[in-house]
Amino acid sequence: MRKVVSVFVLMLVCAVTYAGGYRVSLQGNRALAMGHTGVAVVNNAELAFFNPAGLVHLENKLNISVGGFGVFSDVAFQNEQFGQATQTDSPVGTPLYLYASYKLNEKFALGLAVYTPYGSTVEYPTDWAGSHLVNNIELQAIYVQPSFSWEVVEDRFSIGGGPILAIGSVNFNRNLSRNLTDLEGNRSNVTIDASGILEFGWTVGALLNLDNQDKWKLGFNYRSLIDVEVEAGDGEAVFSNVPNSPLAPIANGTFDFTASLPLPAEWTVGLSYRPNEKWLLAFDYNYAEWSAYNSLDLEFLNTDGSVALESINPRNYKNASTYRFGAQYSPSKKFDLRVGYYFDESPVQAGFFAPETPRNDSNGFTGGFTYNINDKFAIDASFLYLRFKEIDASYDAFTETDGTPAPFGGTYKSSAFAPGIGLSYKL
Amino acid sequence: MKNYIKYIAVLSLGFGFVACEPEFDTPIDENNFYTSGEADFSNYVSVGNSLTAGFADGTLYRTGQENSYPNIMAQQFALAGGGSFTQPLMNDNIGGLLLGGLQLPGFNPRFVLATDENGNPGPAIINQSPTTEVSNILSGPFNNVGVPGARSFDLLFPGYGNIAGLTTTPISANPYFVRFASSSDATVIGDAVAQNPSFFSLWIGNNDILGYATSGGSGVDQTGNFDPSTYASNDITDPNVFAGAYSQMVETLVAGGADGVLVNIPDVTSIPFFTTVPTQSIPLDAPTATFLNDNFGLYNTVVLPTLVSFGIITAEEAASRTINFVEGVNFPIMTDDDLTDVSAILQGPPVNLDAATANLLGQLRQATSADILPLTAAGVLGTTVNNDPTLINGVSVPLADQFVLTVAEQARVAVAQASYNATIQAVASANGLAFADARTGLQQVANGGVSYNGGVLTSTFVTGGGFSLDGVHPTPRGYAFTANLILDAINSKYGSNIPGVDIGNFSSITISND
Repeated sequence: MRKVVSVFVLMLVCAVTYAGGYRVSLQGNRALAMGHTGVAVVNNAELAFFNPAGLVHLENKLNISVGGFGVFSDVAFQNEQFGQATQTDSPVGTPLYLYASYKLNEKFALGLAVYTPYGSTVEYPTDWAGSHLVNNIELQAIYVQPSFSWEVVEDRFSIGGGPILAIGSVNFNRNLSRNLTDLEGNRSNVTIDASGILEFGWTVGALLNLDNQDKWKLGFNYRSLIDVEVEAGDGEAVFSNVPNSPLAPIANGTFDFTASLPLPAEWTVGLSYRPNEKWLLAFDYNYAEWSAYNSLDLEFLNTDGSVALESINPRNYKNASTYRFGAQYSPSKKFDLRVGYYFDESPVQAGFFAPETPRNDSNGFTGGFTYNINDKFAIDASFLYLRFKEIDASYDAFTETDGTPAPFGGTYKSSAFAPGIGLSYKL
Repeated sequence: MKNYIKYIAVLSLGFGFVACEPEFDTPIDENNFYTSGEADFSNYVSVGNSLTAGFADGTLYRTGQENSYPNIMAQQFALAGGGSFTQPLMNDNIGGLLLGGLQLPGFNPRFVLATDENGNPGPAIINQSPTTEVSNILSGPFNNVGVPGARSFDLLFPGYGNIAGLTTTPISANPYFVRFASSSDATVIGDAVAQNPSFFSLWIGNNDILGYATSGGSGVDQTGNFDPSTYASNDITDPNVFAGAYSQMVETLVAGGADGVLVNIPDVTSIPFFTTVPTQSIPLDAPTATFLNDNFGLYNTVVLPTLVSFGIITAEEAASRTINFVEGVNFPIMTDDDLTDVSAILQGPPVNLDAATANLLGQLRQATSADILPLTAAGVLGTTVNNDPTLINGVSVPLADQFVLTVAEQARVAVAQASYNATIQAVASANGLAFADARTGLQQVANGGVSYNGGVLTSTFVTGGGFSLDGVHPTPRGYAFTANLILDAINSKYGSNIPGVDIGNFSSITISND
């Protein structure tokens, strides 16, 4: 046990980090340990996220699962041509989750899921070489999702789903341009801040037993697109260090703003195989409809509602797939061991690599275990090591005020490590 | 159970190690990715004038100093063994100097781009008071010993930093050097060498011709006069005096074994101070042109032929002195002190003009496209004298000598510049030093511009990005371009691979209505 403690201490020591990308695939310790598979895995209350259709198949009347992760993530950037080298110093992200299911009868179950599927915390040194694109960003969407589960065909086929309430927040700071300063040389910048933005979506899933021995299962789940729309009055944009001149793009002070950020639709199809009591294998295929993220457009408004300044930031994401593999081995009633792997395709296209979500293709390696304390309680632990290749990339869509393109690029290398811990309860 | 935990712990530990910091295969900030080659940048000292100090917008101020080309270069040197780089920072971002609490005449606060009540932008002096007190002597040494206003020989002059010299007649000290001279009898070169530089840059000589040029050639070409103590600030330094001073400075700087780079003198006439005001600048309608031509009719048809017939001027000079206005945009009339002064002769027979008219015509001619009007002429052209609507500068009143850099004056500047530049290149070569051709660099900026990531750097006044609002000194972006140019020269001479900077990240002119 002392070793476990020392491992965690070590993790904290190297925790100069942040989280890359804005889909955070950390929705359950058991699933993550198996490569974040789970659409066709009937295991515990994490199903409320992965596939509500499966909730009715849980053996117990009441299932609760809570947990969280510490996301230690960093991005290093360098540009050989100009001798620029930077590393982010992002705070540790802590996405949490809570899942519960309650079986009304053999046919119906209800579920509740609270989770954080989208988020990003990236903090570059202020005024770094790419500060006209981002100094720091903290983005988060918490989903609250009640759901039902209905066994349509006994021992064969169930469906499930429910509405989603998304609670979005964003805090973002960047410099207005590559070189605008006030008289004292302080870079002109803007901070936008909005929180508690409420939007609605929905999810639906299905689970099919492929055989009568409960060995093969096929699952499907879909979560709808949710556009987080920031309306005037929802948040504020604060402009600082802008020179006192009508020639400046905007004046210092606080402005209303509008913006829209899509939380893309995602569907997953998965297969699980339980050859015997000791083994469970799972495969999930995710498809995220990132093409919804075409451009991040902001309008800063004068008090009379007219547009004071517009900021158009093309993103041009493409739809992206993720391939997930996981295995579980249960040597005893007390213990489950899990490993997994996934390949996560980046939605970012060449020429649109913005440092606020410096995300290229990655390979995720996962592991973890469950320790069943007794019939009711179990401790779930997992970790994720997300490996990114270093990549030469640029964001070419930034233009100077006269329209001249000014690409920003270099070499990026990201890494992320996320240990997690959770508790499962069943009654 | 215990075993499992052990395995998990070991596994986690392994992942923990690889996960910590993202590491590049070839990190540029480690393992001598950038090297200094044969040079040693550990103690870099920059020597020069206003350009080296980071002067811009008519004065020296902090952000300008932070964007001086030596400071930009020093930041890049730091990637390959370069040490810290200190500068004698001003007290503010206003600029201008105080002596004993009073503003030093001629040392005004900075220009900013302000808008008038109609929203039209234009350079204006910021409406704030200087706070940098010259008598507040800074304790150095400073790596940047650039002294605004210094000519070549000034760098060797003991007492150039003596505060007492600011109140002598003529003034014998430079207030910028007074601020940080190590002692009252220190020389600029002495203060530089005392730091035992491992590497130096020297960019001097611009002011040996610039004062003459910006004053429209109102100074004296001192070629042939070998005593610089007799020179005024608007004079051209004798090329031999320059060569002597320059060689002596470089010998002093290399004596301790330092490597370095020498920078040549750009064409002063390619800076916006001389390219902004068009010479052909007087718009006239047909009746006004006719009226003016009638006024000069006697001068054109009688006075000039008479002077030729008496052999006082040549027919060629008479032709150059003929005044002719037309409908459209005209060249202004001007006083050219290289013309034969006929004011006394005109007062005698046979012309018998009154003194006022004779003086007006004494060295009168109409400017041509070869003449250059400095930026200072913009505030004079077309204005009236004493609110008299018939006395219009450039139309009925000749522009004074200081508002026109004539062809002859341009030639004197060019001859001296060519000589200085030959000296600089020869001294660089003789001492095995790097040579940066700033002249060619500025020509590229002035003729079509230089592309960079995000734009094109030109020397167009206000909008070109390269020059600050004094029309003479670069903007931070212009200094960044200069730093890259000098770094290139250093890299090719010493085999170093210091990267240049992204000049689009440096600002151009400053907008402010403060």
